[in-house]
Amino acid sequence: MADNITPILELKNVVSAYGRIKALKGISLKVFPGEIVTIIGANGAGKSTTLMTICNIITAVEGDILYKGERINNIASDILPSMGLCQVPEGRRIFPRLTVMENLDMGAFFRKDAADIKHDLERVFELFPKLRERRKQLGGTLSGGEQQMLAMGRALMSSPKVLLLDEPSMGLAPLLVKQIFDIIRMINSQGVTVVLVEQNANLALQCAQRGYVLETGTVVMEDEADKLLTNPDIRKAYLGE
Amino acid sequence: MRGSEHWIHMEFFIQQLINGITLGGVYALIALGYTMVYGIIQLINFAHGEFFAAGGYMGVILISWLASQGLHPYACLALALALSMGYCALLAMAVERLAYKPLREASRLAVLLSALGMSIFLQNGLMLTQGVYDKGYPTEITSGGFEWGLVSVSYMQIFIVGLTATLLVGLNILVFKTRIGRAMRATSQDKVMSALVGINSNRIISITFAIGAGLAAAAGIMVGLYYGSVNYSMGFVPGIKAFAAAVLGGIGNITGALIGGLIIGMVEIFAAGYISGEYKDVFAFIILIGVLYFRPSGIMGENIDDTRV
Ligand SMILES: Nc1ncnc2c1ncn2[C@@H]1O[C@H](COP(=O)(O)OP(=O)(O)O)[C@@H](O)[C@H]1O
Ligand SMILES: [Mg+2]
Repeated sequence: MADNITPILELKNVVSAYGRIKALKGISLKVFPGEIVTIIGANGAGKSTTLMTICNIITAVEGDILYKGERINNIASDILPSMGLCQVPEGRRIFPRLTVMENLDMGAFFRKDAADIKHDLERVFELFPKLRERRKQLGGTLSGGEQQMLAMGRALMSSPKVLLLDEPSMGLAPLLVKQIFDIIRMINSQGVTVVLVEQNANLALQCAQRGYVLETGTVVMEDEADKLLTNPDIRKAYLGE
Repeated sequence: MRGSEHWIHMEFFIQQLINGITLGGVYALIALGYTMVYGIIQLINFAHGEFFAAGGYMGVILISWLASQGLHPYACLALALALSMGYCALLAMAVERLAYKPLREASRLAVLLSALGMSIFLQNGLMLTQGVYDKGYPTEITSGGFEWGLVSVSYMQIFIVGLTATLLVGLNILVFKTRIGRAMRATSQDKVMSALVGINSNRIISITFAIGAGLAAAAGIMVGLYYGSVNYSMGFVPGIKAFAAAVLGGIGNITGALIGGLIIGMVEIFAAGYISGEYKDVFAFIILIGVLYFRPSGIMGENIDDTRV
């Protein structure tokens, strides 16, 4: 990406810890408007911690998190969705005892624009027709794939500018994974910047334009996605060769 | 002869049933506060009974004052009710802000101790400002009633049951049909995810305390009217009975609090009527211990928990 464009999201030397144990040891990364950027890495590398730190669920102990050029380290988690920064967390975190419809409503919790909300709801139902069928069912009764769709639908109801996705393929059958990735591309083509965290590095790198490789809380490599895909070290470490 | 004796039994039974519903409804109103707060922050708010007492006192003070201003008795009652509920709601928000919010990241035991401390503080505050003696309630506001043979229903009971039902319906609408109710349920289910969709959990916690205390205040006024007086320490025993009701119903579950309250009220009244009046307070505790021992999740426990806050 050209240097004269400001990143929509940027991390500069971000350090994050659980108690005294540092999970992120100074992470720097940039995400430009309109991109799909992937963060890959083994289990425990710090991918989820990175997303939770961006959303200030875990507060960074050092470094800067910039969103649209503004430092957001001290902005409360519950303010960020209204600024356009949304996350579909690991494990989906559907509200199990709210109905599908209520879960979707929660995505639009902070919004007041009734007409636009209705429009977005229609869009979500078009992307995920299953959700319309099941709108009266409790979230906790959905299958894994349906929960992933609901989690993404709920995030879309926030009308995000930047969408952070944490392992959307986790635990899903191959056909569903393909469907979810198609929808990620579609959402991105409609102008949403996507940060895609994945253990399934192959799929993620095929979907993204650029990628970061995380190892024990440190960025060990960053490059264009297709270069990472053909990088022998990456193929060996993350693509099972 | 046999027939009429049968009727006396029947009428006695019906009378107990009516009294049981009245008392059970009051316990349910208090139990809701325990259960909603537990549902949101997993705290047994030991100070909750004090909101009930504070409501009872604020009620009698306001009713007397409003009556002295020449208001119609019903208007006095309605206004005193609304203002006392509002007062206790604000009091509970202040208590939460001062005694619980600073301990959000602390251990559960620390918060529990803070709640106990708050309970002692509030009860003593009431004693110091209102004295140790019972304060009489102007029960003539709702005197009179209906009688069918041996069964009598006072206007007061009708008022209490009617108000309880109204508040329960209102709460149900609030929790299950409104945006704020959805946010309360979401917060109780997953605080991190709630934050990620833009819910300010501190605000929701504060609102939950306010609602619980408002309902307890209404119960305090009802009890004052029903028994004819209030006392600074009146929050303790009904508080524990309502807690027993909340546990019996399944703590955290709104429908459970209602069922638990009605059962505890019924058991108490029937035990007093058929066994012994002296031991009526014991039964709630026996139920509490029994539930905790045999089925800690209560009647509406984890498996059928879609009505949790
Ligand atoms: N809640 C937690 N408490 C303590 N340590 C944690 C917690 N969550 C994650 N960790 C640790 O932080 C590191 C990074 O975890 P995580 O961000 O979940 O990795 P990833 O998402 O890449 O699998 C791991 O060593 C993990 O054990
Ligand atoms: Mg993870």
